[in-house]
Amino acid sequence: MLAYIGRRALLAVFTVWAISALAFAIIQLPPGDYVTSYIAQMASMGSVVSDEEAQNLRIQYGLGQPIYVQYLKWMELVVQGDFGFSMEWRRPVTEVIGDRLWLTVVVSVAALLLTWVLALPIGIYSAVRQYSVGDYVATFIGFIGLAVPNFLLALVILYLGFTLFNAHIGGLFTPELQDAPWSQAKVWDLFKHLPIPALILGLAGTAQQIRIMRANLLDELRKPYVVTARSKGLSEARVILKYPVRLALNPFASTIGYTLPYIVSGSIIVSIVLGLPTVGPLLLKALIAQDMFLAGTIVLLLGVMTVIGTLISDILLVWVDPRIRLEDT
Amino acid sequence: MDCGTPPIPMDVRTATQTLLSVRNLKTYFPQDEGTVKAVDGVTFDLYPGATLGIVGESGCGKSVTARSILRIVDRPGRIVDGEIHFRRPTTNGGAGQTVDLTKLEPNGPEMRAIRGAEIALIFQEPMSSFSPVHSVGNQIIEAILLHQQVSRRDARDKTIEMLQRVGVSSPEARVDQLASQLSGGLRQRAMIAMALSCHPTLLIADEPTTALDVTTQTQILELMRQLQREDGMAIMLITHDLGVVAEMATDVAVMYLGRVVEQAPVDAIFHAPQHPYTRALLRSIPRMRARSRARLTPIVGAVPHPYDRPSGCPFHPRCADFMAGTCDRRAPSLRPVGDQHTVSCFLYE
Amino acid sequence: MATPEVAIGPSTVAAAEDQRIFVASQWQLMWWRFHKHRVAVASGIVVAGFYLVVLGADFLAYADPNASEAQRSLMPPQPVHWFDGGRFRPHVYAVKGARDPETFKRVYRADPTMKIPIRLFAQGFEYRFLGVIPMTRHLIGVDGGLDAEKTIFLLGTDVQGRDMWSRLMYGTRISLTIGLCGVTLSLFLGVVLGGFSGFYGGIADTVIQRVIEILRSIPTIPLWMGLAAALPRDWSILQIYFAITVIISLLGWTELARVVRGRFLALREEDFVVSARLVGCTQMRTIFVHMVPSFMSHIIAATTLALPAMIISETALSFLGLGLRPPAISWGVLLQQAQNVQTVAITPWLMIPAVPVIIVVMAFNFLGDGLRDAADPYGR
Repeated sequence: MLAYIGRRALLAVFTVWAISALAFAIIQLPPGDYVTSYIAQMASMGSVVSDEEAQNLRIQYGLGQPIYVQYLKWMELVVQGDFGFSMEWRRPVTEVIGDRLWLTVVVSVAALLLTWVLALPIGIYSAVRQYSVGDYVATFIGFIGLAVPNFLLALVILYLGFTLFNAHIGGLFTPELQDAPWSQAKVWDLFKHLPIPALILGLAGTAQQIRIMRANLLDELRKPYVVTARSKGLSEARVILKYPVRLALNPFASTIGYTLPYIVSGSIIVSIVLGLPTVGPLLLKALIAQDMFLAGTIVLLLGVMTVIGTLISDILLVWVDPRIRLEDT
Repeated sequence: MDCGTPPIPMDVRTATQTLLSVRNLKTYFPQDEGTVKAVDGVTFDLYPGATLGIVGESGCGKSVTARSILRIVDRPGRIVDGEIHFRRPTTNGGAGQTVDLTKLEPNGPEMRAIRGAEIALIFQEPMSSFSPVHSVGNQIIEAILLHQQVSRRDARDKTIEMLQRVGVSSPEARVDQLASQLSGGLRQRAMIAMALSCHPTLLIADEPTTALDVTTQTQILELMRQLQREDGMAIMLITHDLGVVAEMATDVAVMYLGRVVEQAPVDAIFHAPQHPYTRALLRSIPRMRARSRARLTPIVGAVPHPYDRPSGCPFHPRCADFMAGTCDRRAPSLRPVGDQHTVSCFLYE
Repeated sequence: MATPEVAIGPSTVAAAEDQRIFVASQWQLMWWRFHKHRVAVASGIVVAGFYLVVLGADFLAYADPNASEAQRSLMPPQPVHWFDGGRFRPHVYAVKGARDPETFKRVYRADPTMKIPIRLFAQGFEYRFLGVIPMTRHLIGVDGGLDAEKTIFLLGTDVQGRDMWSRLMYGTRISLTIGLCGVTLSLFLGVVLGGFSGFYGGIADTVIQRVIEILRSIPTIPLWMGLAAALPRDWSILQIYFAITVIISLLGWTELARVVRGRFLALREEDFVVSARLVGCTQMRTIFVHMVPSFMSHIIAATTLALPAMIISETALSFLGLGLRPPAISWGVLLQQAQNVQTVAITPWLMIPAVPVIIVVMAFNFLGDGLRDAADPYGR
């Protein structure tokens, strides 16, 4: 078991490394270097960066040195929590991102939870009542969920909300609370606003998970141990919930690792359409304005958060599946 | 019933009442391509403490018959006709009321009280018959808790005791292991422990030794015989292995395409088979005392596809005694041809 | 004991029917199986229809997709009137635009007295059919294309007064081919790496599997966005097109590689592969003559299922303004104008390009599902 978790953790470290390299590449790709743009930026604001200061910055970022040195220097700063300076916002990147990162996490986790809450019972129902009306309805909704890209779904829901109810669905807070400091009321407000974005974000994942759950469970239902359980005289509900569902959950649980990146990915673009105060709109703006430190940091942080989430789900999987626990103990 | 007293050893010889009496059972599987008549008019009797071997080629409906008795036929299959009379034991172990299992709700409380407690099932694949993520003990304890008013601790003790009885070494440790940690033979032993944990009066063993190697097979059969001596339950032994039948059974029912074509005491089946199918079946297996260089004769043809069953007697396309105009027109019914010996064939009508 | 010979009874009649199945080739079996899957067959037809649009986009369009006309900005779709005085004569009403003196918005009013008949195979802008044959005929059109009053906008116009229908036709061309190119590249990567991984196993397999796992646990959209935004602004449409293709396929090959590897692993131990090796087939021959044909169908199915993801990726990127950029036309580029809810509420027809996206994605999914079920004709 420890070996398994160790392997997973090692993989997570590699993944973080790969993400950091990609994020660094994103920062480096546009022409021009950071310090030059910083000086130009400062000059446009009317303040002058002294030569000495510029020189210090150049040394700090390792400019003029080989690319891997620059990468290591950047990593060194990142590990210390210094993500650089946002050109567009004229503030340190950490300040600009602020709460947005956590709101991204909240929205993604809400979508993930919703996916589970919806997909589990529907998937079980679909498999146990295969070819029933309910199964067909679930399958159909599943296909719609897979076929409609979530940003289009967001758009359609916004449009319907606007034309039918004349309501602006979107955002995570009522305007009055948007910039208010955190309070119980604000948390509650967030909670009330969560379902629609979570639903939009979670729909595709839910559709997929329903299909996975249904297929897994159909496979498991045919296995002899189900007959064994039945032949003991257990009630049907007990038979299904204790045995095949339990087994079908394993591959299901192992897909969280892929669902989470998918949801985080989706949250970016859905947030842009719905105007959610997550890192999504910020990333888009940063990319368009070529504010690369901000963009690179967002990509890096999102990736790291996802990897952590995936690692947690891997550890949960060990807890769920005793067979992994037995492996090379 | 015109069968009279079966030649069963010991005290059960006097028990003329059947434990299980299946009459004209039909279990069909409606499908898009047509209805599969997996069981199409099965009739047989099983006496308390006896062992009935059910023999037939694969796909002849043996397992579906077993599942029909337990009322756990998979959808879309369902019992469309027939009766399954089962004599429920009274609390003091005597013979009690007879119920028709086909009349019970498959998942109703009465059927569930019978299933597992009075009729138990063990089957072919000891590997996949246990849940791979629950410990063996967990699954046996569950059965005990379900049918007996005992505490969890007592159930666990009983489980360990049961495992000991079926010859599992160090049962205290095994009880918490997963099925995948046990060998094939041990798994089947655990399976038997689970089946017998509630002292059923009928044990249905669906090819219990097919997946095991020959040595383990003998051990398991010996174990079953021993437990039967001790507990006195009846066994319905489903197999395609005539050797196993010869060794274990007191009576034999031969099935072909969803029907019982012949039922008789084991000696009669082996020494005076009446139905052409039974004869062909016996000629197709090697015998110890056969003349040297005697050739084995395979049965001609193959079991027909379930969608297109032959008309009349289902065996007629492969039968050596085929009588045109009779066998392909009408279906024969089971008729007595001797002491407790019934055959379904026009040769004897 | 009576000893009648076990003779041959009346021959089995069903055998004749079975014969047909026994001699059928694998592809025939798959076709029969696929054929039964009605939805998949219908989806296949839909997909084929869309690719016909790709071929004949310029024939199906009736207006130059880039011809803008400020006087016709954001004109709603013109309803087609099929009958004129009881006779079948499809036409639209001429539309007059004016600026609302209070809101300064353009308002359009249909003029029922002025009927513009719709003609089949009408003359229009010049193009090369299939890129070769110079033509001026289009499927439909109106007479007198030069007369500013006599125009037709089946799906309305965008902000710059360009005809949405014609733009949609051209958008189909780019959106569907970019998916095809992307999937081809992914397929190449997937088959080579997945095949390598599955056939040789060992360290190569471990490394490739880890790389796949890493790629799959990275949120892709932010990465795409980052990479796409870094593309130089001065690149041509074609360069951007290929760069976007490369970006989406670089991260999209993992699923295909997984399928290919799985098939290789399953087949490696199959008797026919082992015997091919034992009789001395070279490795190349074993792979390409014996193994690949037997999982070709799986690859086709997986590819079909991978295509919609590619199409959605491109649409999403272009929608955000990070993918293809005008003057290139793709469904995503068209949808870019529908980003703002207020705009969409007033001009809902700008959302129409979402419809083909959804239809195509759904059709590909159903088709892929049907192909996947048919891919293993001996199963079940």
